[in-house]
Amino acid sequence: MLKLDGCVIENGGFALQADFTVEAGASVAIVGPSGAGKSTLLEAIAGFRDLKQGQILWQGQSISNLAPGKRPLAMLFQDGNLFPHLTVEQNVALGLRPNGRLSSEEQSQVETALARVGLPGFEGRKPAELSGGQQSRVALARVLVQRRYLLLLDEPFAALGPALKAEMLDLVAELLAETGTTLLMVSHDPQDARRIADQTVLVADERAHPPAATVQLFDNPPPSLRAYLG
Amino acid sequence: MAERAQPVSPWPGVGAAALVAALILGTLAAVALRADAAGGFGPADWAALRFTLVQAVLSALFSAALAVPVARALARRRFFGRRALIALLGAPFILPVIVAILGLLQVFGRAGWISDILSFFGLPPIRIYGLHGVVLAHVFFNLPLATRLLLQAWQEIPAERFRLAAQLGCDGMAMFRLIELPMLRRILPGVLAVIFAICLTSFAVALTLGGGPRATTIELAIYQSFTYDFDLGRAALLSALQLALTAAAALAALKFSRGDGFGAGLDRAIRRWDGGVPVLDTFWILAASAFLLLPLAAVVISGLSGLFEMPALVFRAALTSVLVAAASTAVLLMLALPMAMAVATGRYGIVELSGILGLAASPLVIGTGLFILIRPFANPTALALPVTALVNAVMALPFALRILVPAARDVVTRHGRLALSLDMDKKTFFARVLLPRMRPQIRFAAGLAAALSMGDLGVIALFADPQIATLPLQIYRLMGAYQMQAAAGAALLLLVLSMGAFWLLDRGGRLHAET
Repeated sequence: MLKLDGCVIENGGFALQADFTVEAGASVAIVGPSGAGKSTLLEAIAGFRDLKQGQILWQGQSISNLAPGKRPLAMLFQDGNLFPHLTVEQNVALGLRPNGRLSSEEQSQVETALARVGLPGFEGRKPAELSGGQQSRVALARVLVQRRYLLLLDEPFAALGPALKAEMLDLVAELLAETGTTLLMVSHDPQDARRIADQTVLVADERAHPPAATVQLFDNPPPSLRAYLG
Repeated sequence: MAERAQPVSPWPGVGAAALVAALILGTLAAVALRADAAGGFGPADWAALRFTLVQAVLSALFSAALAVPVARALARRRFFGRRALIALLGAPFILPVIVAILGLLQVFGRAGWISDILSFFGLPPIRIYGLHGVVLAHVFFNLPLATRLLLQAWQEIPAERFRLAAQLGCDGMAMFRLIELPMLRRILPGVLAVIFAICLTSFAVALTLGGGPRATTIELAIYQSFTYDFDLGRAALLSALQLALTAAAALAALKFSRGDGFGAGLDRAIRRWDGGVPVLDTFWILAASAFLLLPLAAVVISGLSGLFEMPALVFRAALTSVLVAAASTAVLLMLALPMAMAVATGRYGIVELSGILGLAASPLVIGTGLFILIRPFANPTALALPVTALVNAVMALPFALRILVPAARDVVTRHGRLALSLDMDKKTFFARVLLPRMRPQIRFAAGLAAALSMGDLGVIALFADPQIATLPLQIYRLMGAYQMQAAAGAALLLLVLSMGAFWLLDRGGRLHAET
């Protein structure tokens, strides 16, 4: 269970308040007007931003003071999810061993993960030789070998076309189901939220509201969400 | 972005910056304390000050004034070899001064090509020594710089402005007044200030083409009070004067080089509708090319015939120069890379400041200070080569930082969060991400540092005894002994070594650059 306990996150001019819990294994979309603080919220959970107040707990343990890499989570950013000068295999391997060489057993884990995301035999390629969708798959393969409890997505598929984005979200949903990972996902698109997330956090008016059931929320939106959806 | 966690540690860079600041400020303090203020400035010192200012003003004016038509011609004409010519404009930066001077002597000197042509018509030869020789050499070095700065400003004028002006029916002169003159008014003060500041610290040019009571710069006067009179107090006093001048000029250059832009355009390819007179543009492009290429060609031509007349001393000096350049490059990278990383973390502007301190101090001033500091403990001459390598590295530091800082910043912003989220440690980030991503910039900075150090004729002249010499110093000594053939051969060797070192380090990096 992820708990944001009385959190206040400052970002330049505004302070975002967040006080809610997310059940382990849940898939949660984070929606709201642009500039409302969706990414700020994710960055705070991932450890790229300090909390002004409150703390973040995972399974009852505070993780607020851990460095980003020590938190029980993996994160994909809007861009720059792969190191362009490293091969596909090296990029995925960083999920297992960020600072060293792989054992042969770990080596085969990398190959298995690449096969799972549909890229068997792509080990030696460089990211520039891959399509946008294939690059996303490599990043997901790395998430797989990282074996973290939480996955944070800050719109990593935003640059893909609608069909490809849907394909990626379906792949993410499959991987989540196989591993029991909890998902927090920023999105601009209500369709994304409906597709993959059973719950939705609305970020508006300097507040991250507690998760609500996605279908009900979008079918019967509160005023701030209605203004955003238009 | 990231507000606390950073994938790189700023502390090595802060340490390096502290070392650089200690070196520069320490030598300045030594100079200030040792300065013989009681002696005051004599008439010779005032003459040196006056000459320094006059030659710097004239050099700046001529360079900038000639650069305007050349840059305008380059901006509005497209022709075969244009890119090569613009690339050539960057060459004087790493061209050893002594090589250029030999080339200029070959073209403009008493026994040079132009004098030969004049004598054919029964006219007297040109006299190159003195004020006009110094200014000529400075224009040779700074006309390309001014042209590049102006060309850049010209190309930054949005294409939309020219389209609008053409639509309004502006012809050449009206277009110049409407669009180009305001740009020049904004850019030229900065160009003038930069060249003025560069020419203030001119040493090698004044050493070879100036001299005598009427053509001595302050830098040269510092050198002379060292070598002829061994009057440390006077050298220190002159250094203090020089320091005040360069610091003021550097501040002025920084101040003037700011300014508002032209507003944003949509980056359309610039197309000009004012034809102007093609003949005039052609003239300026050809004249500028000849002015730059003829002296270089002269070095190659006379150097080839001198190659077999070089004494063994030249080869020993060449080896010394290569070693000094290698050491200087290594020192530079050990300072600049950590400093660039510290600046990239965004919180250590003080590091950047210490990096540009080198611009305000001249090599001879730092050299004088080091001489004063070292003398109580060791024989400064014995340390001539290490000191030269160190001072060369500090002088190259501002340029290296300008190359490395944006790249380091880019790598940290682009890849820092991913590395942190993967729990990559700082050592691994440095080795596996930062170094490979910054390889082209590191190679470029190393190439510049090696070429600058290889061609430097500054501190080494202060410290060296007759037994020891770098190649530029050896060339100067050969010139002094009127062994012009041998000097020409050695100059060709130095040209090849400097350009070769730059090419090897910079281009080698591009060949192996990973994408």
